[in-house]
Amino acid sequence: MLEIKNLHAKIAGTDTEIIRGLNLTVKAGEVAAIMGPNGSGKSTLSYILAGRDDYEVTEGDILYNGESILEMDPAERAAKGIFLAFQYPMEIPGVATMEFLKVAMNSQRKARGEEPLKIPDFIKRVKEAAASLSMNPDMLKRPLNVGFSGGEKKRAEILQMKLLEPKLCVLDETDSGLDIDALKIVSDGVNALRSPDRAVVVITHYQRLLEHIVPDSVHVLYKGQVIKSGDKSLALELEANGYAGVIEEAA
Amino acid sequence: MNIHATPQRTPAETAFVDAFGDRLTQLPGDPAVMVKRDGAIEQVKAGLPTRRIESWHYTDLRRLLTSVADFDAAASTTALAPLIEGSKVLTLANGVSVDDKAALDGVSVVRLSEKLVDGSFAPALDLYGSDDAIGAVNSAFVADGYFVDIADGIELEQPLELQNLQGGAQSHVRLPVRAGKGVKATIVERQTGTGAATVSCVSQLLIGDDAEITWVIVQEQPDTATHVAQFKAEIGANAKLRLFFMNAGGKLVRQEVIVKAAGEGAEFTMRGVNLLSGDAHTDVTMVLDHAVPNTSSTELVRNIVTGRAKGVFQGRINVHQYAQKTDAKMACNTLLLSDDAEFSTKPELEIFADDVQCGHGATVTEIDRTHLFYLMARGIEEKAARGLLVKAFLAEVIEEMEDEPLVEALEAKLNDWFETHV
Repeated sequence: MLEIKNLHAKIAGTDTEIIRGLNLTVKAGEVAAIMGPNGSGKSTLSYILAGRDDYEVTEGDILYNGESILEMDPAERAAKGIFLAFQYPMEIPGVATMEFLKVAMNSQRKARGEEPLKIPDFIKRVKEAAASLSMNPDMLKRPLNVGFSGGEKKRAEILQMKLLEPKLCVLDETDSGLDIDALKIVSDGVNALRSPDRAVVVITHYQRLLEHIVPDSVHVLYKGQVIKSGDKSLALELEANGYAGVIEEAA
Repeated sequence: MNIHATPQRTPAETAFVDAFGDRLTQLPGDPAVMVKRDGAIEQVKAGLPTRRIESWHYTDLRRLLTSVADFDAAASTTALAPLIEGSKVLTLANGVSVDDKAALDGVSVVRLSEKLVDGSFAPALDLYGSDDAIGAVNSAFVADGYFVDIADGIELEQPLELQNLQGGAQSHVRLPVRAGKGVKATIVERQTGTGAATVSCVSQLLIGDDAEITWVIVQEQPDTATHVAQFKAEIGANAKLRLFFMNAGGKLVRQEVIVKAAGEGAEFTMRGVNLLSGDAHTDVTMVLDHAVPNTSSTELVRNIVTGRAKGVFQGRINVHQYAQKTDAKMACNTLLLSDDAEFSTKPELEIFADDVQCGHGATVTEIDRTHLFYLMARGIEEKAARGLLVKAFLAEVIEEMEDEPLVEALEAKLNDWFETHV
């Protein structure tokens, strides 16, 4: 489903290369975990997948279902089924959460040639998804993410993911800022979305999240490259011994 | 002996001076009114204000007013549905009152052409100073309008809408409104039309004690029109005035807001939106006097500027020496949507009392790229995402009106503007 080939990327307008020849393949139905020390390029990779224009791809390609996405803007990528759950979701004052959800869902439907949702159907879907994440419905009356706690923002991201039903979910440190109960709720939300036609890329620092969202593959990112891949036991090894051994091995 | 270098008159100045000579015999007015007219045209003869006059620094009227439309009372105008359904509408077309005196219970309406000859109106034509160019042009030429008197204690259930429609001609009108003690009313002022008109309009509102007035100005002139206007108000004791304005059109626009909190406990709220596009030049200049103790005011102006448009907000708050315990807050926030868009903000606080709370703030920003990315990452196309963010920026100003039909009507106006301009 996702094929990243020899990807090189730098911060737009500078010579600072962050991604340096990254290769990664994630199949449909697979949950891939990406781990790595601070500054290894994990968040940058997630932004590049979503199409943020602060980064410029200088070499290589990203194929999604066999098609290069590099020329697509973020909205086109989203409409094709790519979803990034942000590490730090933006607070957007003045944009009502419900209005935002409706516009987002209907924009994607429109791009896929589907009819807009009827209002009662839309409200029903939002209510069900919010309940499954134990979200207080009053939060949805507020402007988007404004005044939400860190945990509430992460839940709101997963709510959006449930409603938009993407095919490729990229979770950027969704576990950061969550207490144990919230971590469980958010993980259950992600697990409920696991399906044979959907892939999930989980970016995290900690093994803890991977106890709840059990990965099929684990990849270690260091200095903009995948230096080691393995199964879920790799995450346990990293938790026990740190990154030093893996980095040395790769050097 | 002083030697006056008489500057050459601009075509616009010449047009005004010549038109005054031509129209003098047709202008209604008792002798006192005619004396005011004569004084006013003398001020026009001395020249329209330039950037060297401080209050006109960002709007050099002499340079910007390149031509003046002809008078033509018969120019065709397009009928306008009221902003809020069910409103009582009084219409002016090319400066002439077309509705009769028929009014609501407790509200008397007189054509200004009649008021101008009844011996009472001359003081209302006084200018606020040598820089009162809008007042001068209007006082010289004003021939009609509506004089509205709302009796003590009247609560209007439906808004009163005053429509000033133009069909490409020159017109000068006045809308004096007196709201008695305890009156509750919403008054909507519409300024629109179809041509390259030159329009001046002076609204004068006198608010009695304990009254609550909401005044809404919606200016949607075509992008060829010159529109200069004043809104003057005096607020009585424990009375409330909420002023909302929306400038969404015009080529050259100046809206002056001159308000005096004259009675203790008076409250003034101003919320405004300037939607500027193309080559528009729009100036909102406010002078607010806190003249007595224990009055309060808040002013919030939000601006969207795109194309090569230029905007100006000058906000001056004078807190008089006697006006202790004044509470005044003013803010002006601008969102620039294009590289050539411009906005100038000049807040001024002049405080002579020592026990007051006054503050002001101004910001100029562009659309936050991280916000845009977030919305687009959820599949919202760029144009729609920008629209959401721009509306979000304005939403606060409009939603605060807390009057559902009014908020809905104004949001519809915003949407219309976005459809064609963003």
